[in-house]
Amino acid sequence: MRKLALNDEILLKIEKPARYIGNEVNSVMKDPSKVDIRFAMCFPDVYEIGMSHLGIQILYDMFNRREDVWCERVYSPWFDLDQEMRKENIPLFALESQDPIKEFDFLGITIQYEMCYTNILQILDLSEIPLYSRDRDDSVPIVIGGGPCVTNPEPLADFFDLFYIGEGETVYGELFDAYKENQRNGGSRREFLEKAAEIEGIYVPAFYDVTYKEDGTIASFAPMNPHAKARIQKQVVRELTDTCYPQAPVVPFIKVTQDRVVLEIQRGCIRGCRFCQAGMLYRPTRERDVEILKQYAYRMLRSTGHEEISLSSLSSSDYSQLKELVTFLIHEFKEEGINICLPSLRIDAFSLEVMGKVQDVRKSSLTFAPEAGSQRMRDVINKGLTEEMILSGAGQAFEGGWNKVKLYFMLGLPTETEEDMKEIPRLADKIARRYYEIPKDKRNGKCQITTSTSFFIPKPFTPFQWAKMYTNDEYIARAAIVKHEFSEQLNRKSLKYHWHDAEVTVLEGVFARGDRKLSDVILEAYRLGCLFDSWTESFDNEKWMKAFENTGIDIGFYNLRERDVHEIFPWDFIDIGVTKDFLYQEWQKALQGETTPNCRMSCSGCGASRYKGGVCIESKN
Amino acid sequence: MKARIKFRKYGVMRFIGHLDVMRFFQKAMRRAGIPIAFTGGYSPHMIMSFAQPLGVGITSDGEYLDIELREAIDSEEAIRRLNEVMVEGIDVVDFCRIPDDKKSSGMTIVAAAEYRAVLLESAKSADITKPFPDSWQMKLEEFMKRENIVVLKSTKRSEKEVDIKPMIYQMCLKKDGICLFLAAGSEQNLKPDLVIGAFLKFINEEPNGVPFHYHRVDVYARQPEGTEHVCQSSKNIILEGKQHTFIPLSELKII
Ligand code: SF4
Repeated sequence: MRKLALNDEILLKIEKPARYIGNEVNSVMKDPSKVDIRFAMCFPDVYEIGMSHLGIQILYDMFNRREDVWCERVYSPWFDLDQEMRKENIPLFALESQDPIKEFDFLGITIQYEMCYTNILQILDLSEIPLYSRDRDDSVPIVIGGGPCVTNPEPLADFFDLFYIGEGETVYGELFDAYKENQRNGGSRREFLEKAAEIEGIYVPAFYDVTYKEDGTIASFAPMNPHAKARIQKQVVRELTDTCYPQAPVVPFIKVTQDRVVLEIQRGCIRGCRFCQAGMLYRPTRERDVEILKQYAYRMLRSTGHEEISLSSLSSSDYSQLKELVTFLIHEFKEEGINICLPSLRIDAFSLEVMGKVQDVRKSSLTFAPEAGSQRMRDVINKGLTEEMILSGAGQAFEGGWNKVKLYFMLGLPTETEEDMKEIPRLADKIARRYYEIPKDKRNGKCQITTSTSFFIPKPFTPFQWAKMYTNDEYIARAAIVKHEFSEQLNRKSLKYHWHDAEVTVLEGVFARGDRKLSDVILEAYRLGCLFDSWTESFDNEKWMKAFENTGIDIGFYNLRERDVHEIFPWDFIDIGVTKDFLYQEWQKALQGETTPNCRMSCSGCGASRYKGGVCIESKN
Repeated sequence: MKARIKFRKYGVMRFIGHLDVMRFFQKAMRRAGIPIAFTGGYSPHMIMSFAQPLGVGITSDGEYLDIELREAIDSEEAIRRLNEVMVEGIDVVDFCRIPDDKKSSGMTIVAAAEYRAVLLESAKSADITKPFPDSWQMKLEEFMKRENIVVLKSTKRSEKEVDIKPMIYQMCLKKDGICLFLAAGSEQNLKPDLVIGAFLKFINEEPNGVPFHYHRVDVYARQPEGTEHVCQSSKNIILEGKQHTFIPLSELKII
């Protein structure tokens, strides 16, 4: 019978023991004596969040297809269990085997957002793995980082043995083979890391030397080990359809955030919004074959028993086979009580028709993400959405019976003026006016326009990577301007406004474009008790501010200066395909309010065509 | 067309709560391809009802859910298909047709449940049991001889004193544990730990200091009036001088 790492007394005391017992449908069990590599795959947040992540499911499936590898899962123990584990000296364990992580060959951590950095330290700490990579010996697992945040891995450089830069489907096989060979030859940890450093896309931070100028910016960044490359090439899957996709993903017992079958229909985005990191990172845009997706839908619904299916991608309306796929899903599965969960689509006749089929029009809402209120600002960010498009889309939807709209905007974008901010409530009001143009007897009561703003954070590898951010007080002042303007609108009773927290924004900004010096702050914050910082209930800004104070690190250096053309960024050693020259050119165009066409309209020569895939070669075939 | 499914819950699955077991079975129906019926509307739901929630930590040999079928399916076939998609800790042991009328369905007919309570070496493990002290036999008899057994029953909202004596249909010490036959269902429902807690208090033991594991043996309905259904596993209980017959839910089927 299945044995557990935690005893009954603990399991009956903590919240949701199902987070820690494994045993889920489709989880993979193997005989540890028959595999060469034991890999612990970690999402450093609570089970319900981690289990909802598609990337981990893809890698879990891919690794376990290899007979010589057993990949298991591990998530962050919630506060209640964290406390018990420390009290009873229970080492962190993997869900499948319930064996301690410290006995594994690899601990792979996916890093999806900045506010999980203290959770990474918790994982290492509870696993009894030394926090600093330099303190680790041959007896502990190799700690690998991957995911979108590792496009600037520098704030975490001291805690990881290596980073995998780019899409996971490409070089893990090579990495495992190198590991096995090193084991066979009785090689040391360092010898393995040297071999790994020679693999494309693998970055071993300990093999690089960084020097700084007096002003704190980087003077030089160079490899100091002959095995390490000067530039790390981001890994990209050329043909998405040919890569493996989990046909039988793990089905959790408890309700998780993404409790459904997820079909990734495409990777990347053709649009080129200047604030969007994913839009640059996943270039070129690549589609998955629609016939294959149909097969996946059948198999995955059958193997999981999920009652819902959703599509995943950036800008789903750009998927060329969308109509075909959605029509198929509705036709095949609606009758069987399967809920089709549509991604947010551009509003047109087709999307309104399918939305009307799969959701209750009176209860559901339309979503628009104009991101900026004024046309000038939307040109700066290269968001190809005009007021006319929004109003006509909303108008069509209102006539079709909808009366709820959600709007998403950003505040604090480069060059933003008070006028730009005030355009946000005005646009919301125009949408409401459009609604009330419909004769009273034909509309469905009042409309409800809900506007949310978040504060813009410049990310590495975007045209805005040179931009400055603002202070907490400045952000709050900007939100107050918007709030006041809302109260001036004609239809203010139909308008609602929410804004996101500014304290977290400031921290995310620091870590997004941070350097190696920041590892001290992360460790200090963890020591002061910061954990689950992405959860509003546990985020403690005071402790974070104390951590900055104790380590003498200045937030202003990271957030409050516009960066110079010549500045060497901590992430410059990574080559994502899109060139720094292209990004800089886009930055200059942004400042002039000039737009750039999307990849399907015309190629702007961003550099990603080097990967010879997807949209870059579409028209050239 | 209605069917009743009987299953066992054991091992690590005892840590999965009632609502999650329901979710588990909804998905299992789809994986097994059981032709279950749905309600209408925008978000159709499977027509499925569970007989009696089981507390987290408790194992069971007699859990039930009733489902409505779109079309007939052979019982053996249904059991086989369901067991192919189960996990360690849940086994389907029976699948049978039941009458279509409302009053035969799971929730409403539950009248009693049988439990076994075993004494543990430590709260850390439900696997290591220990024998009862010799003195308990007599003490238990004394406990059951009392006119009333008043305990503090706490719900989410309030606490109130109730006499649980009328809801204890049977309580006796056997070799493999304390056997409890208790009122269950929507009208009155008694949980086994409340009874054991009252007993421990009666013998001056601190309830939290004496760890127990609970196992549900089966769930029962009253023998329908006017039927002569006799089965091996039925229970005859004398309550206030009158004989009552209870039969396991799995025996109320169309044969
Ligand atoms: S090279 Fe051209 S088509 Fe390819 S991603 Fe860049 S801009 Fe788009």
